[in-house]
Formats: sequence, structure tokens, C-alpha cells
Amino acid sequence: MSDNRSVKIKVRGLSKVFGDQPKKALKLRDEGLKRPDILEKTGQTLGLSNIDFDVHEGELLVIMGLSGSGKSTLIRCLNRLIEPTEGEIVIDGEDIPQLSDKALLECRRRHFSMVFQNFALFPHRTVQQNAEFGLEIRGIDADTRAKTARDALSQVGLKGWEDAYPNQLSGGMQQRVGLARALANDASVLLMDEAFSALDPLIRKDMQQELLELQHRMKKTTVFITHDLDEALNIGDRIVLLKDGEVVQIGTPEEILTKPADDYVERFIEGVDMSRVLTASSAMRPVRATAREDDGPRTALRKMKENAMDSIYVTSRDRKLMGLVEADAANTAIQAGQDRLDGVLTQDFRTVGPDEPLHNLFALFNEKSFPIAVIDDERRLLGVVVKGAVLDELAQAGDQ
Amino acid sequence: MAIEIPRIPLGDWIETGLNWLTTEYSGVTRGISRFTQTGIDGLNDALMWLPDWALLVIIAGLCWKLASPRLAIGAVIGLGLIWDLGLWDPMIETLTLVVIATLVAVIIALPVGIAAALSDRLYRAIMPILDFMQTMPAFVYLIPAIPFFGIGSVSAIFATVIFSMPPAIRFTTLGIRQVPVELIEAADAYGATRGQKLFKVQLPLSLPTVMAGINQTIMLALSMVVIAAMIGADGLGSEVWRAIQRLRPGDGFEAGIAVVILAMLLDRLTQSLRKERKQ
Repeated sequence: MSDNRSVKIKVRGLSKVFGDQPKKALKLRDEGLKRPDILEKTGQTLGLSNIDFDVHEGELLVIMGLSGSGKSTLIRCLNRLIEPTEGEIVIDGEDIPQLSDKALLECRRRHFSMVFQNFALFPHRTVQQNAEFGLEIRGIDADTRAKTARDALSQVGLKGWEDAYPNQLSGGMQQRVGLARALANDASVLLMDEAFSALDPLIRKDMQQELLELQHRMKKTTVFITHDLDEALNIGDRIVLLKDGEVVQIGTPEEILTKPADDYVERFIEGVDMSRVLTASSAMRPVRATAREDDGPRTALRKMKENAMDSIYVTSRDRKLMGLVEADAANTAIQAGQDRLDGVLTQDFRTVGPDEPLHNLFALFNEKSFPIAVIDDERRLLGVVVKGAVLDELAQAGDQ
Repeated sequence: MAIEIPRIPLGDWIETGLNWLTTEYSGVTRGISRFTQTGIDGLNDALMWLPDWALLVIIAGLCWKLASPRLAIGAVIGLGLIWDLGLWDPMIETLTLVVIATLVAVIIALPVGIAAALSDRLYRAIMPILDFMQTMPAFVYLIPAIPFFGIGSVSAIFATVIFSMPPAIRFTTLGIRQVPVELIEAADAYGATRGQKLFKVQLPLSLPTVMAGINQTIMLALSMVVIAAMIGADGLGSEVWRAIQRLRPGDGFEAGIAVVILAMLLDRLTQSLRKERKQ
């Protein structure tokens, strides 16, 4: 889905060596040595090694890893708060590592807003002045920036707090100011460095939810750093998993959970509550057969028999779900001499969207155990989920 | 058998150097001298021109507005005592010297402090010089001041500036270096230039520390201005100096107490300025 989108930032072969002999360290890396050996041999720390990934236009990409995985270094290489040692970072055709100092300033102003783990608000500026900071730096006139900043503040729910100072606000509110400062700036990419990690868990969940809503509304390309897999799975469109400065896996939350690339990822996801993140679409099976709305009872019954089903979903010509026919009902209709299904259609079944969490599906199976229909926004039938498949999927996930 | 180690003629070298400076740059020093003297006279005349009571009211008013009514009352009592002891004019002369010396010290110290904060190399170069300036016995500065600027107030200012400048530099450097890295990073991330970073983030955040440095500079300037009476500076110091020469402890203490009162007033005033900035 998101793979079709245009690429906003292309990162290729990005490496970062901390130390004064980066060439030597990279040479050893190319000879196949790993981070600890390189450190021992040269005293150089290989922070990032050959990172490749794309950030798509409008997506929320999560870069996730434990401390020391290089995720903070990576996000800082994007806007060159840390100078990359080698590699390409191309944003809208500009290769960031090649930019002159002046062009870099311009690039940061145009492309990057950043939200920091410890908020990094300016204590000597009011909430309003903090939100205006990026615009002020860009030389936007006072009226425009005041208005833009006020809008951004009200978007994050801080209307009425404009004249307060950061130290008068709670942690959650301070980070909202941080977010408003980033949004007001209207740069094309939002960088969030462990933005919610310093908040307590409840507020954190709220902020994640709000970020999702904002992101949904504004479609802002976002790179979000976290060490928390739950957070990554909750908000990420796609996740880049880092370990020891290398990319281990890139994929949607579900791909990471269901097809972990290696043991490391598998161990990583052990702690995750699988039923919460697996969705209907992962347990969904394609529909073996459907009846068309203009099929007669005989055709419907034959389709059921051929596929060993005792009920069948009826769809319109454009695959919209009309209802369900049971084998018994079809028989009755044949005996009554009816040649259409309209009279025997039932609506006594459940439908869910593809993103419905798997654990919600249990409650939906009724006594008759019709398969649950998975439909999209326009009631098109995408597939079905049978009770056994839900259990299978959860059991599998539990084993991993 | 004793080994003869020749005595290093350090003192001779310094003297030669100073002599060379004095003769080569006599034009410059004379210019500085005239300029500074004009400043001293101007400020002194202005303060003297005001009736004593008017100046007292102005100072008390400043104390009231910037600090507290209590300080204002203290100022009235303290300055009243100085006036009553007949030390008003020397007090004004001392105040003038302190104000001008502090002004010069701060004008030099701020840019130097900022530069040392931003450049590690300059920082390493400047710190030993500051140590030297601060620990060298203050009297020593008085000696070369005389050949440079002659006996009198300008020499006093010269010695005072050198002696009192280090804290202003140190605190400025410290204040800027203490600005949290995250805030610098935030400014960088939004594309701030060096100038924008300095004026919008580093300087405002270091202001309380810079003010503490200026407060220290004022205090040191006051103590040095008193010592500078030995090379002919007017003011409360010369009252003390005269009392020493005539062995009159009573006169000495009277002038000394006047210095203390002035010091406390200046200290509380600048400190309240600093607290106000901290909001």
C-alpha cells in the first residue's frame, strides 16, 4: 500500500564512525568485522553501518532499536546534527551530506522540524514564542508567525496557554509545545526523537493517539524514533528495526510480528501482546466461493456443495456484500419453486474491517459459527475469518 | 662544590618590555589617558552638579523600584551617614571610578567571554591569562600604570579594569557554556545561524550568570579603586590613605565604613537586577 507512494527521503549506504580515523574503521567493516572488533582494533566506534531505507511521502516511519542501536545517531544524520561519515541522504533531489553550510541551513529550515525527547523548549520564551521559533529563524514577519503559531498551539490543545512559560506546564503539555513548534514550522518532514519516552505511560498513550490523528489529518511525512516496540507497532506505518548500527528488518508492524527476519527480531517481539496487534486481515482467508445476487437457489446450493460449505455469502456484481444464504434455506427455496435468493437472504452474520484487532473477533462468533466477513469501507467482501483461524494465528504468535 | 645557576633576570626583561611599550606607544597611552580623564570628569561633574539630596532621592528611588522598599530605606540611612560624615564628595569620586572601570571592563569582557565560550582554543589560551590577572597582587598593576598614564585617576582605572575584568569574562564564558546541549541542538535543527543561536538562545539563557559576573566585577572594582588611592586616585580610598599616613584610626574607619555602605548598595542593586532577569 504505502510502497506505491513516492519516496520523500532516500537513504543509501549511510555510515557513521565516531572517532578520528573513520577510513580505517570502514575498511575493517568492509572486511567483515563487527562493531566490537573494530572498536578493539582501532578505537573507533561504528555508529551506523550501511543503512539503506526510504521514507515515503506522507507515511509515519518508525525507527526502532534498543539503546546503542544507533537510532538517535541515524535521525541526527538526516538533518546533519551529526555529520555522516559516508552515504547518501537524498531529500527532494538534494543530497544532504554534500550541502554547503549555507545550503544546509536552508535545507533544515525548509525540510525538517524536530521534536526532542526532553522537549528542549526555550525556558526564557513563552509557549507562544517557543512555537514561533522556527518561523522567527526563517525571518517570517511577526503577524504571520504569531497567527501560525497560535493555530499550531490550538491544534495540539494548548489554546489559552500562549503566555505561560514552559516551566509552568506539565511534561505532557511541554511536549505538546514541542510538537506545536514543529507543526508551526511547516517543514516537509517531522523528525521525532523519542518524543514520548519521557512521558508517563497514560499520557504517552494519549499523545500517540493524538499524533496518529494529526498524522492522519495532515499526512505529514514523519520519522519517529523509539526504543519501545509497543509504541512502534501502535503508531508506525512501517518500522525500521536497528541493531548495533545495522538495519535488521524493514516492514509493516504485521510483517515484523508475523515474519520476523531473524532471531533478534523474534526475541524482540516476544514480549508483545500478539492478539492486540494482529488484525483481522492476518487471519483472513480468501473466500472460496460466493453466490452472485442474480444466482438462483440451485446455483448457490451447488457452489456450497462443491466447496463443502454449509452457507455462502452473496455479493453484488461489484463484490458488495448483500447477505448470507444457508444450505437449508436454499433447499427450502428450491422446494418452494423460487428462482431468486432474495427471500432467503439473512443478515445474521458479523462483519469487521481488515484492521480489527484479532482479539475482538472472538466475541463476534455466534452460535452458528458463520465465518466473519471482512469488508472494506465500501462493503466489498475482502475475505472471511473462521474461528479456527483466529486461534491458529494467536497460537502461532504465542509460540514465537 | 656549589653549581652556579645564573639568576634569570625576569624583572629586567619585564621592565625593558614595559619601557619599550611606554616609549613606543606614548601617543596611544596619552590619547587613552585624555579620553578616560574626560569621561571621569564628565560623570563626576554631572553627579556633583546634582544637589546632594537629589542624588540621594534618585538612588533611593532606584533601590525602591529595582529591589525593595527595605533597600531604599537602607540607602537613605547609609548615604545620609556618609553625607553627615562629610564624605559625600569622596564617595561620588569613588562611585565615578567604579562605574567607569566597570563599564570598560564589561565592554571588553563580554565579547572576550563570548568568544572564549564558542572557541575551545581561545578558551584554553585565555584561562591562564585570567588566572594571572586575578592572582597577581593587585598593587603590582599600579606600578606600570604610572609610566603609562601618569599619576591619578586614569592609572587607577587602568589597574582596576585589569583586576576586576576576569570574573565578567569567566562568568560570561561559563553562562554560555552552561546552556543545555539540547537547546543548542534544537536551535540548530531549526536552521538557526550562529548569530541567531547566540542572540536568541545562548545570550538570553546565560544572562543571569553574566549578571553575577558583572556583580563580582563591580565588587572587585570597588576594592581596587580604594587601593588605587596610593597612585593618586581621588575618593574614599585617599581618605583611608591619608588616615594611615597620619595614624588616625577614627578617620580611617569612617572612610572604610563609607566604602562598605557603597559596596552593599551596589551589590544589592545589581543582584536584584539579576533576579529580576531570571523571572
